[in-house]
Amino acid sequence: MKVEQTIERCRELIAEPLGAIAERWKESHPGGRAVACFPVWSPAEVIHAGGMLPLGLLGAGATVELTHADSRFQSFVCSIAKSSLELGFQGLLKGVDGLVFSNICDVARNLSSIYKRNFPHFHVDYLHLAQNSTSGGVADYMADELRRLARGFEEAFGVRVTEPSLAKSIELYNAIRARIRGLYAFRIAEPQKLSTVELYQILRAATQAPPEETLSRLDDLAAELPDREGRPKDRIRVVVEGAFCEQPPLGLLEVLEEAGCYIVEDDLFLGWRWFTSDVPADGDPFRALGQSYVDRAVPSCTRHEGREPRAKGLIEKVRRSRADAVIFTPPKFCEPALFDFVPMRQGLEREGIPQLLVEFEEKMWTFERTRNEIETFVESMLFD
Amino acid sequence: MPAEVKERQYQGKVHQLSRDMMNAWMAQLARANETGEPTGAIMISGNCVELLRVFDIHPIFPEVTALQNAIRHQSLPLILKAEEVGYSSDNCAYVKADMGLFLSGGMGPGTKMPYPTVTLCNYVGCNVYVKWFEHLAAATGSELFMLDVPFLRTSEPTAADVRYVVKQIEELIAVLERISKKKFDIDKLREILRYSVRAEEGYARSKDLCKGSPAPFDSFFDAINMMGPINVLRGTREAADFFDEAVKEFEGMVAEGVGPLSEERFRMVVEGPPPYPYYRSFRNLFTKWGAVAVASTYSTVGGIWEWGFRHDPARPLESIAEQMLTENLTNRSIVARYGQIKRYVEEWKADCLVIHSIKSCRLFSAGQGDMREYFTKELGVPTLLVESDLEDPRYYAEAQLRNRIDAFFESLEHKKLVAA
Repeated sequence: MKVEQTIERCRELIAEPLGAIAERWKESHPGGRAVACFPVWSPAEVIHAGGMLPLGLLGAGATVELTHADSRFQSFVCSIAKSSLELGFQGLLKGVDGLVFSNICDVARNLSSIYKRNFPHFHVDYLHLAQNSTSGGVADYMADELRRLARGFEEAFGVRVTEPSLAKSIELYNAIRARIRGLYAFRIAEPQKLSTVELYQILRAATQAPPEETLSRLDDLAAELPDREGRPKDRIRVVVEGAFCEQPPLGLLEVLEEAGCYIVEDDLFLGWRWFTSDVPADGDPFRALGQSYVDRAVPSCTRHEGREPRAKGLIEKVRRSRADAVIFTPPKFCEPALFDFVPMRQGLEREGIPQLLVEFEEKMWTFERTRNEIETFVESMLFD
Repeated sequence: MPAEVKERQYQGKVHQLSRDMMNAWMAQLARANETGEPTGAIMISGNCVELLRVFDIHPIFPEVTALQNAIRHQSLPLILKAEEVGYSSDNCAYVKADMGLFLSGGMGPGTKMPYPTVTLCNYVGCNVYVKWFEHLAAATGSELFMLDVPFLRTSEPTAADVRYVVKQIEELIAVLERISKKKFDIDKLREILRYSVRAEEGYARSKDLCKGSPAPFDSFFDAINMMGPINVLRGTREAADFFDEAVKEFEGMVAEGVGPLSEERFRMVVEGPPPYPYYRSFRNLFTKWGAVAVASTYSTVGGIWEWGFRHDPARPLESIAEQMLTENLTNRSIVARYGQIKRYVEEWKADCLVIHSIKSCRLFSAGQGDMREYFTKELGVPTLLVESDLEDPRYYAEAQLRNRIDAFFESLEHKKLVAA
C-alpha cells in the first residue's frame, strides 16, 4: 500500500468514535472486550494478553459539544477531562467495556472515580504508577500493581491473563515500538518526507486499532517511506513539547509546519511509545513490564525521575534530533506541563536554545494568532 | 427579620494557645537557620512528621508558610514574582507563593525561614506536591526524598502497597540518619507516637463535640486553630497537652450551651479549603446567617481521626504507613469523600453542604460539580457551590460570593419557615 493510502486509512480510523471501533472489532471477536486507556502510559500489553482490544481514550477534540461534563468539572479544568467524560454521557463509548486511568495528575485521578460513579457498567481501574524510581521496593511494587490490574480484568470479564500470553503481547508491542522509533528516526533524518501531521495520524490510529493491524501498517510504511518524494524546505527544526495528554488539534500541527517548522521531535502519544528500548521478554513478564516503566522510560512530566533533572531529557532530545529550537505546547490548565515548563525553559536558556510557548486547547479551531506568533519566531531565527 | 447574629469572641484560650505554639515553632526554625541545625521540608497531607522528629530535624511546612503569607495579605507579590519566571496563572498558587518567597530572598541564610536540609516529598495523593518539591529541592540545593504512597484505589491498601511504603520508610530512615548524624531510636519513635495518639484522641473528641447543638466551635473556620497542632506539631508533648486543654474548654462550652455565634441557625458541612487572603471576610458572609460549620473536609487533609484510627506505638512504621495510605483525605478518591461528607451530614445533623471550590487545588476541586449533583439530586441535601482560591486574592470576588451565599441561606430560611 502506498504511503498516502496508508495515511488515508489512518485518517478514516481516527474519525470514527471509539465505541464504534470497539463494536466493529467485536463483530469479528464475539464475546470480546475492549478497554480504553486514558493518557499517559497504560500497559496495553496486559489488556491484549487477556484477548481484549486496547484503545486510547483521548478526549473528543472539537467533535462533541459539552452538554453534561461542564456541570461536573469547573471552568479551570482541562478540556480532555471534560470531553472524555462527555463521551460517556453521550453514549459514544458504547461498546467499550473498561477504562484505565493512572496518577498522571489530580484531574485524571478525580475523573477516574467520577466515571466509575456515573457509569457503573464500565470496569474502571486506576493505576498508581511508581514515583520513586530508586527504591529497592519499586520493581516488586510495579509487578504487583500490574498483576492487580490483570486480576481486575479476570474478575470483571472472565478473561485470563497468563504469563506466557503477556510475554507474547510484550513481544508484539516491542515490535510496534521499534517501528515507531524507526519512524521518529526517519523523520529526524528526512522531515520533508514525513510531516508531523501525517505521523500524528499514524500514531493516533495505532491507539484505535488492534496491534496486529498496526504492526502490519507500520511495516508497510517502513518499506514505502524511503522512496517517497520530498524536497527540503527552508524551515527551522523544532522539538514540540507538552502535548503528551490532551490532543492538539491537527490544525495546530498544520500551522506549526506551514509557518516554517520541521517538527523533528515531540512528546505526542508518549505513553504508547514509552520505552527507550525493548521490554525484556524473559523472566516474569509482569516484573519486566513494571520495572521497564521505571528504568526504560522516556522523560515525562508525569513521572518523577529522581536521577536526572527534567531539563536534561529535553536538551538531549534537542541535540539528538539536531533541532534549532523548542516550541512548548502545554494544554490550557495542564499542571504537569505548566510546572515542568519552568525548569525546562531555564535549562534551555542555560544552553542557549531558543524556545517559544504556545498554549492550546483540544477544541481550539482558529489558529491565525498562533500562525502569526510562529512565523515571527521562525523569521527571527532564519534571518537573525 | 431575625435578630442579627454575632460572633462570640470565645476562642480566647484555644486560639491563643495555638498561636503561641505555632510562633514558638517558627522561632525554632529561625534559630535553626542561624545554628545550622538540620531541617526537613514536608507536606501536610497524610504526613509522617514523627520521622523527622525522631532525628531532631526541624519540620518546615511550605503550605503553612504559604497560607500564613496569604492571611497576612502578602501572597500576591510572591505569586507575581513566580509568574515572572514562567509559572502559569493556572498553576497552584501555594507553589507560586513558596517559589516566590525563594525568588524574593525570603528564605535561606539571613531570613527567618531556612532552606531545608532534606526535602521530603510525602506524595500522598496530591500530584502537585511532586512538582513543588522537585522545584524546591532544585532551587535550594537540598536533598530530595520521594516517599511514594500508592493512592487508595481499592477498598483497603494492597499488601504490596504497605510493603512498598514500609520499605521506603526504612530507606528514608537511612537518609535521615546520615543527614542528622544520629542513629535511629525506635523507642524514641514510640514515645513520639504516644504523644501523637494523645493529640489525635483530643482532636477527634473535639470534633465529636460538634455533634451537639450548638457546636462549641466552627469546624471549618476555627478548626485552623487545631490544624497547626495536629498536623505540624503532632508528636510533641505540647501538642498533646494542647488538645487536653481544647477538649476541656469545648466540654465546658457544651455544658454551658454556647457556641461560636450568638445563635446557631444553620448547621453546615464545608467542603474545600478556605480563601486565606480573605479569611475573615469570607467567614462574615456566613456569620450573619448564623451558619456554623459542624464538620469540614479540609480539617482532615492531614489525617482523618474521627473514625477511630490512631498511630500504634507497638507497630510504629506500619501504622505510619497505614495513616499515609488510608487515614487522610487526600489519598482517597473524590467519591470516597462523598461518603465522608454524607456521614458528616447525617451524624453531625447538618442542614446543608457548602462547597468552596478553589482553582489552585484541583485535587480538592476538580469534579465538585459532580459532588453537587450527588448531594442535591440523589440525597436531597441543599448544596451551595462557590468559587475562589486559597492563596491568590485575584480570584476572590466578594460581591458575587455574597449574592450566592445570601440567596442560598434565604432559600434555606424560607424552607425552614414553611416546614415550621
